[in-house]
Amino acid sequence: MNPEQNRTEQNKPEKTSGRKKPSRELTKQEEFIKNHRRHHHEIASWRTVIFVLFLALWEISAGCGWIDSFFFSSPSRVARCFADQLRNNSMLSHIGVTLFETLLSFLLVLLFSLLISTMLWYSAKLSEILEPYLVVLNSLPKSALAPLFIVWLGTGTKTIIVAGMSVAVFGSIISFYTGFQQVDAEKITLVYTLGGSKRDAFFKVVFPGSIPILLSTAKVNIGLALVGVIIGEFLAARRGLGYLIIYGSQVFQLDMVITSIIILCIIALGFYKSVQVIEHQIKKRFKM
Amino acid sequence: MQNILELKNIGYSYHSLHGETRALQDISFGVRQGEFIAIVGPSGCGKSTLLSIIAGLLAPEEGTIKVNNPDGSLHYPRIGYMLQRDHLFEWRTVYRNVTLGLELNHKMTKERLEAVERLLTDYGLDKFRDKRPSELSGGMKQRAALIRTLALEPQLLLLDEPFSALDYQTRLFVSADICRLIRAAGKTMIIITHDLSEAISLADRIIVLSGRPAVVKKELTVKLTLADNSPLAARNAPEFQQYFNELWEDLTHES
Repeated sequence: MNPEQNRTEQNKPEKTSGRKKPSRELTKQEEFIKNHRRHHHEIASWRTVIFVLFLALWEISAGCGWIDSFFFSSPSRVARCFADQLRNNSMLSHIGVTLFETLLSFLLVLLFSLLISTMLWYSAKLSEILEPYLVVLNSLPKSALAPLFIVWLGTGTKTIIVAGMSVAVFGSIISFYTGFQQVDAEKITLVYTLGGSKRDAFFKVVFPGSIPILLSTAKVNIGLALVGVIIGEFLAARRGLGYLIIYGSQVFQLDMVITSIIILCIIALGFYKSVQVIEHQIKKRFKM
Repeated sequence: MQNILELKNIGYSYHSLHGETRALQDISFGVRQGEFIAIVGPSGCGKSTLLSIIAGLLAPEEGTIKVNNPDGSLHYPRIGYMLQRDHLFEWRTVYRNVTLGLELNHKMTKERLEAVERLLTDYGLDKFRDKRPSELSGGMKQRAALIRTLALEPQLLLLDEPFSALDYQTRLFVSADICRLIRAAGKTMIIITHDLSEAISLADRIIVLSGRPAVVKKELTVKLTLADNSPLAARNAPEFQQYFNELWEDLTHES
């Protein structure tokens, strides 16, 4: 939208002055685009510089003995550890387990919170009754529940998925419900005046009208699901990156711990970016 | 002409923990077939409440609305309701917006859709059918909202300050435009407005409500000598100022 406007606004005066000087002077629009690109390049280069500097500093400090590489590891040790783990085939399965568990609990969170927030929207009385419970459950530190989940559900995937869900689900219900309520009440009246039912009001107005909020909540939720899954894996797993971190710290293989943490960073970034791409696609499709 | 609707002693109150607020009291008037009625009154006097009651969105606490169809049938006239803003949905194209009512009533039949097509062409919107509402001008949005209402073939149109979100200039044109289209479609209309000039230039009859609790203070039949059909013609009619003063007196001598 913005570059469009710029073009129409700024092209006109340029035409006259451009005729006087047919040299290689840039038009305002070209200049604008160039500046825009330069800005992006600048940001990207700074990001890379920081990353490379950090790695270099880390490697050099470990190499020169400024930090003890047994405790603090080093990029080369991380790379070696990663390669070793790949060779004995365990790393990929650990990553796969964590990815699978996170995705599953994320999808379940979406499903559950959509279902429950829809119910709350349908019945104002129900939402009024349940409000204090939701608030308490949302502010409760979910890691406090993890030991209970182990006793109730055993040590295994079930516990980890429930732990992953527990971190995100209550906040997500509240956000969805708030989103539903922010939809213009007159738009709902409009549906009624056109002879629609409450169901129509939900599917034709409330739900499509709150898609932007649903998407931004989803972006937060995928990160929270990862947090929950790692908490679960700390306590109740034989596989997954969370397990690898705990195991590594117990046998004092801090290379393994740090390698896992770095992989978690990459996973978190990947998740965020994928949801962002999906969000972008949906917004483009519905021209929002 | 016969009354198609007859409001008899309508009363309505709003209730809260702090007490009861009487909004409407003993409101009675008739609505004739093909007539344009404007309801004016001080702000907050319960005009919108009255419209909601006529639309069937609220049940009156007192009084009745009598139906008097020309063919003797007892069904309530089909209502078309236009709200203050156009409320076109940005996530739908113009076409999917104007067919929303048909979709909600499961009436996407061939004849109805053809009627919508005709309206789109008549109102100059057929080129914009695949655009989003934000790409339309204020006047076109109101026209689209009118098509959405007319698609359900209402017999009685209720307009709740439908032009108040528009700027003054657009408003002069759009209000005249929309009312011309409704007249051409042969519908009956009740419009709420706080703009006295708008009421005089659009309506056949003006009902003046008092402040809370609202009672019918006056009914005024408007007859203007029109020079031409332009939006400003009514406002230049010789009788215009007289009506305006009369209404102004009624509304200001409230206390």
